[in-house]
Amino acid sequence: MENKAKLYWRKNLQLLAVLLGIWFTVSYGFGILLVDQLDKITFFGFGLGFWFAQQGSQYVFVVLIFIYVFKMNKLDKEFEFDEI
Amino acid sequence: MDIQTWTFVIVGITFALYIGIAVWAKVITTNDFYIAGSNVNPLANGMATAADWMSAASFISMAGLIAFMGYDGSVYLMGWTGGYVLLALLLAPYLRKFGKFTVPDFVGDRYYSSTARMVAVVCAVFISFTYVAGQMRGVGIVFSRFLDIGITEGVVVGMVIVFFYAVIGGMKGITYTQVAQYCVLIFAYLVPAIFISILITGNPVPQLGFGSTVTDGSGMYLLDKLDGLSTQLGFDAYTEGSKSTIDIFFITAALMVGTAGLPHVIVRFFTVPKVKDARISAGYALIFIVLLYSTAPAVAAFAKTNLLGTINNTEYSEVPEWFYNWENTGLLTFNDINRDGRILYSADPEENELEIDPDIMVLANPEIADLPNWVVGLVAAGGLAAALSTAAGLLLVISTSIAHDLLKRTLIPDISDKQELFIARVAAAGTVVVAGYLGIHPPGFVAQTVAFAFGLAAASFFPAIMLGIFYKKMNKEGAIAGMVAGIILTASYIIFFTFIRPDLNNAGNWWMGISPEGIGTVGMIVNFIVALAVSKYTKTPPADIEELVENIRIPRSG
Repeated sequence: MENKAKLYWRKNLQLLAVLLGIWFTVSYGFGILLVDQLDKITFFGFGLGFWFAQQGSQYVFVVLIFIYVFKMNKLDKEFEFDEI
Repeated sequence: MDIQTWTFVIVGITFALYIGIAVWAKVITTNDFYIAGSNVNPLANGMATAADWMSAASFISMAGLIAFMGYDGSVYLMGWTGGYVLLALLLAPYLRKFGKFTVPDFVGDRYYSSTARMVAVVCAVFISFTYVAGQMRGVGIVFSRFLDIGITEGVVVGMVIVFFYAVIGGMKGITYTQVAQYCVLIFAYLVPAIFISILITGNPVPQLGFGSTVTDGSGMYLLDKLDGLSTQLGFDAYTEGSKSTIDIFFITAALMVGTAGLPHVIVRFFTVPKVKDARISAGYALIFIVLLYSTAPAVAAFAKTNLLGTINNTEYSEVPEWFYNWENTGLLTFNDINRDGRILYSADPEENELEIDPDIMVLANPEIADLPNWVVGLVAAGGLAAALSTAAGLLLVISTSIAHDLLKRTLIPDISDKQELFIARVAAAGTVVVAGYLGIHPPGFVAQTVAFAFGLAAASFFPAIMLGIFYKKMNKEGAIAGMVAGIILTASYIIFFTFIRPDLNNAGNWWMGISPEGIGTVGMIVNFIVALAVSKYTKTPPADIEELVENIRIPRSG
């Protein structure tokens, strides 16, 4: 039981690291730190950096939460930690 | 029908709906009053969270602010949506599993300390009061602009409505009115946005119109045209902005972390039945929020283009009708400095003749786009829905903090459930009155204190809750020291630059170029460092606390 809970928690942390890495990259990376470089690329009528700052990052945030929900529900079942 | 009649009819119908829901949702236990019996459908909770979260500022002011800030306005867009990722991944599911009533409940139990609980109560009450004053003010402003009712009478009407569904229905009443309010506000936001998008770019989807060419025959992209218009008048290019990168970074982070730490948002995740539901309802909430937040920057760009293209350098006698209407409200002022009869808009304050309140960008949109009168009434109802839904959520946090955290859990633990419910209702009623008073007589600092609310939430709650879940060895000494250090640093920086020496409030004097809006991020980092350092040198938490942490990490109970 002890080890099972530990393994479950480790898998959860791994998933969080990946998702939060993407979260940081699209907002702080593409939308803020790299905005001037990315703005040289045109994406429809937008500079790509500006698009990430005002549109794209929000869409990615939504997708990230749904990936998290899907993966965690699966992980819960796998470890039999899902609520009955 | 004229605009006033339409506004009365639409606002009247929505208010009748809210009161009807309140009567239907009458509650008889504290469990229902605080967390709606933990029985709310996750989709409904997502909508309620979105309405709870999107305030008068989001609905009325944000697009206008972005229109004048250009790229710099991205801090609000990323900051106020990205926080939901933190909330969904780091806090909501675990707090649901913990399963009590409030944020101070968690802080107090996890850190086995009534001192920690009290620090949390003070923060929760302060953050919520700061915020609620602005909402009641928003209610008063919408009433006075659209219905010709004084701000005072407007606030009183708002108070009566909130009183009804918050005091009678508690969290249950608030939840279902918020669902209705979300529907009203999103419809009211999208309808004018779609029309103005068609008007300016020919594309009915504002998010796509934002990146399309304009319909004036020039074939230029909207944003290229807007950059050109802005630089011609001496402003920075719209898509570039003027804040430093470090400031943008820190403000965005403070808003994100602050969002995740706001007690009235967190408590919404106590109202769903399961951990699984808490996760998914954060996802639904963000979809509903992004629907408005991805539209806002498009509205900002359309309205700004329209303003610069049609008003600047036009004969005053030839401007469209809406210009005169809004001049009457004082939100637009034209002062013909060079006496040529033309309106000159310029970055140079010496020759600029046009003063514009950012709020006008959303409020006047229906008239600018020449939409039917009922749309104007709809926008008024939407602004009221946004303000009332947020106010109700905040009022509940304050009354719960007083009745539950302060009295039941700390001062008089022997009271029965019935007595506690009665106290909670009285506290809610009292809070409505205080909030109304603050709305009628706003302390001069309401505007600046929004930064305060987010900064404090970021510097206090977020690190304390996150460490409580992710670091088993975090003890009460560490958590309290961290919260206190974070709050003192954040509060003193903001107080110094906004109240003591506002004359020094510029980038040259800021520490590392970080503005008071972004200092909450530094407060959060300091909180983490102090908490971890202090916990290393003090007693580890008792065994039953480590068990509690292990338990909240796993969805299945037992």
